[in-house]
Amino acid sequence: MDTGSVAYVRTEDAPQYAPPSTKTGAVGWIRDNLFDSVANSILTIVGIAILALIVPPVINWLFIDAVYTGDSRDACVVEGAGACWAFVNAKFGQFMYGRYPLEERWRVDLTGILLIAGLVPAAIPQVPFKRETVLYLIVVFPIAGFVLLTGGNVDISAGFWMTYAALSVILLAIVAAVCVNAKIPVVRPLAGVAFGVVAVALVFAIAAFDFGLVYVETQLWGGLLVTLVVAIVGIVASFPVGIVLALGRRSHLPAVRLISVIFIEFWRGVPLITVLFMSSVMLPLFLPDGVNFDKLLRALIGVALFASAYMAEVVRGGLQAISKGQYEAADAMGLSYSQGMRLIILPQALKLVIPGIVNTFIGLFKDTSLVLIIGLFDLLGIVTLNFSDANWSSPNTPATGFIFAAFVFWIFCFGMSRYSMYMERRLHRGHAR
Amino acid sequence: MTPVSSASGEHAGDEAGTSWFYNPRVRGVVFQFLVVAALVGVVAFFAYNAKTNLERAGIASGLGFFSERAGFDISQTLVPYTNDSTYFRAFLVGLVNTLLVASIGILIATVIGFIVGVARLSKNFVIRQLAQLYVEILRNVPLLLQLLFWYKAVLSVLPSPRQSLEPMSGVFLNNRGLILPEVIGQPGSGLIGYALLAAIAAAFGISRWARARQLATGKQFPSLIVGLCLIVLLPLLTFFVTGMPVDLAYAELKGFNFAGGMVVNPEFMALLLGLSLYTAAFIAEIVRAGILAVSHGQTEAAFSLGLRPRRTLQLVVIPQAMRVIIPPLTSQYLNLTKNSSLAVAIGYPDIVAVFAGTVLNQTGQAVEVIIITMLVYLTISLSTSAFMNWYNRRVALVER
Repeated sequence: MDTGSVAYVRTEDAPQYAPPSTKTGAVGWIRDNLFDSVANSILTIVGIAILALIVPPVINWLFIDAVYTGDSRDACVVEGAGACWAFVNAKFGQFMYGRYPLEERWRVDLTGILLIAGLVPAAIPQVPFKRETVLYLIVVFPIAGFVLLTGGNVDISAGFWMTYAALSVILLAIVAAVCVNAKIPVVRPLAGVAFGVVAVALVFAIAAFDFGLVYVETQLWGGLLVTLVVAIVGIVASFPVGIVLALGRRSHLPAVRLISVIFIEFWRGVPLITVLFMSSVMLPLFLPDGVNFDKLLRALIGVALFASAYMAEVVRGGLQAISKGQYEAADAMGLSYSQGMRLIILPQALKLVIPGIVNTFIGLFKDTSLVLIIGLFDLLGIVTLNFSDANWSSPNTPATGFIFAAFVFWIFCFGMSRYSMYMERRLHRGHAR
Repeated sequence: MTPVSSASGEHAGDEAGTSWFYNPRVRGVVFQFLVVAALVGVVAFFAYNAKTNLERAGIASGLGFFSERAGFDISQTLVPYTNDSTYFRAFLVGLVNTLLVASIGILIATVIGFIVGVARLSKNFVIRQLAQLYVEILRNVPLLLQLLFWYKAVLSVLPSPRQSLEPMSGVFLNNRGLILPEVIGQPGSGLIGYALLAAIAAAFGISRWARARQLATGKQFPSLIVGLCLIVLLPLLTFFVTGMPVDLAYAELKGFNFAGGMVVNPEFMALLLGLSLYTAAFIAEIVRAGILAVSHGQTEAAFSLGLRPRRTLQLVVIPQAMRVIIPPLTSQYLNLTKNSSLAVAIGYPDIVAVFAGTVLNQTGQAVEVIIITMLVYLTISLSTSAFMNWYNRRVALVER
């Protein structure tokens, strides 16, 4: 065939021209995304106008006109001065530790390092030994942190040890009696209870041991330290309670279910402020004469009760997401309720709710700022307290202090929310095929 | 169940030889008994301690204090109140103030939240990033900090009354608050209110009729536009027909402060700003998630049926998105209401500040006061969730 005679058939591709300049590069992107219609152009202009209105003055105030050095208000009351960073600079130690004694602050730092040493391997999914890390975080670290921060050496009377021993013996006797009456082997349950009793006694013994650390009363704690203590104790304490409540709410036993539902709905239905008021005003009334809790401990109890209700709802979500087959399979294997929960259901359910737990923690972390209302000095509390320092009172001091505190809270919350989103994507991928 | 014979736990599967320990019914009963007994024991212990402690401190119990004279002033009262009024009146003032700030806050937060939520999905890069900036900043900073910021760093550094800002004629903004002209109704102004109510009722009726007719015949009726016109025009018409019976009383600077006019306290403004801006960030995320939850297939199906983009949005996307949006939205409304209790930190007289603060300090009856405060919030929360459950059942997808 003679192809050469058919003039209109191409034998090679037409030369490619570059796309029009209005469709590529920055110009093309801007035309497509920002100015592709009249309405969109108006929106873009309005948006840029808002930015132009807000950003330059903010940058000016925050950085350019800001006062970075100085040791009193004189530096910051200058006409046209911006943010008073000198104030934050001078008070930084207080913002972090409160009035914790200067020479003892290494203990706070060490506690922080211990926490990070546990959190980082726990948070990175690829690191092995998850079970050990979590055990470290919820058993070893709290005890070590308690001893380091307060100084340990708790005054536990001989009478307490006697009562504890007597109660332990009674408990063991009851377990043995039940086992004998029920005609089941005695050794294993007894050993389990004895282990628990000894473990708790060991915790008390460590708390009572004198490590030679100076006692630092919680009145002196403050700043970011209190914020973190309240948030972490709240979340760690609420975790087991929340799991029990979630299981209780899904229980087949009517009394247990009713109690769990009432407990959860009660705490979820009231604001945290009233809970804190309750724990600071009402709790002392509920205790026998002479027993007195420290203010921080009272706030911690309130926060933990409040958080456990939210945690219970998160865990319940996880329990409901586990398919019925898993429960049936656990039963079919002849596992008891607690075995089935411990070995089959909870490991799956808790993994599913990690993002939910992180979100609860973010909420709790922000809510810790409320303790300033009952007179504890968390980060926000100590920042506002320092506004009344006559040495630093200037028109820009409050705004600077608030922005500093906001920035610290923001870093924590934003970081955690990104982590929770990352975990969510990861978990999601595991389920998609 | 027959009495236990000589069997031990190794024959647990054997019905006749099973120990009572493995009988689920027995275990259930015993376990519940133990739980209830422990709970009753703890509650009894607390109650006994509270009783002895209160007696020792000489604090009265019961609700008798409600009828005593309060003796303190409240800065914002919507129900008549003087310091001669009873504690019960003070309680009511606080409750009304809480409900006021919560309802206005919900309104503003919803409007801002929906705008920001839609903006986060905008095709426009600048708008999308602005919305994201708003959400990420406001959502990750504690509400209390934001409230204190608005109150102490923004509103209290406003100029004094003599140098008031005047954004509109008759409207003044200074460190004592926002001063608006007061609306004074002359005789006959009540009719305008009735006209408004009638217009709302009519709009509601028209929309029901239009829906019924569309279901029956397929004919459409612009009920939204007609309804809105009615609601705006009817009161306006009444206003002019009755001879404009409404006066505006402008505030005037007298000495160091303004006299007359309607004053919005800085505490109220700070609380309203903080609550609504903070909650709006969460609502924006809910709205965004709700719209994204409507699968793309739904939009494509609507397009292939020949619906125009606006009708698709109106008939396909929004109704399905609302089903996802409403439940978390309600819980945000509840959060806003509960968060309004932070008013105590900036001195806005809500129920916590007035009742669980001042009244508690004056009477010392912590148990009664805190329980009543909690019950108020519980009532609001539980009735809202009851309503939500009902609504959810109504709109839930009916699946096979």
